[in-house]
Amino acid sequence: MPPRKLVTGMLLAAGSLAGSVLVRRRAARKRERVDLYSEDGSMHSFSEGSPEALRLLPIAHELLRS
Amino acid sequence: MLASVDAAQAIGDLTEISPQVRYVAVVEADGSVTGSNLSDAAAAERLAEGAKRLVDEAQALRPDVAQLEAATVDGSVFVVRDGGRMIAATTTPEPTVGLVFYDLKTCLRSVDPPVQRAPRKRAPKKAAGDAAA
Repeated sequence: MPPRKLVTGMLLAAGSLAGSVLVRRRAARKRERVDLYSEDGSMHSFSEGSPEALRLLPIAHELLRS
Repeated sequence: MLASVDAAQAIGDLTEISPQVRYVAVVEADGSVTGSNLSDAAAAERLAEGAKRLVDEAQALRPDVAQLEAATVDGSVFVVRDGGRMIAATTTPEPTVGLVFYDLKTCLRSVDPPVQRAPRKRAPKKAAGDAAA
């Protein structure tokens, strides 16, 4: 394979990989979640659909509506 | 060290440096609202009461919760605790989480706690012997 085609192919592959990472990150950000930070610095994240988030997210929705 | 300021000034500074923050309430340990940028006192009370419920529910899951963020598509709710006091805020969607937490902590620590007046002591009554002398 000529080197020019190889470089083009690699650039296309890298571009599509970067694009898919960005799209996935944006999609993940749009998911609702609750992050709890403990005093020891640890963090627990509960995404929508989990039992923990089901307890906390309705209160947040209520606060944002009012 | 942070200089202590009144709640209105601290909240004004917070919303100026952090435009992502919409509404804020500083809540004392007894649940009273020390300061808020909500013009309606009832709305400030609702924010404080909702934040308290959020913290209570979070503590049932993790007993040592110091701060939390509930992120929704409409925006986020942040609560930061410092001792018995806490600050609650709502923000625009997808805020810069670290910055908001930092600004809320700074705001809470700079707000003066309400002055607790010590009960006035009565002067001891003069002894009967003193009055006679």
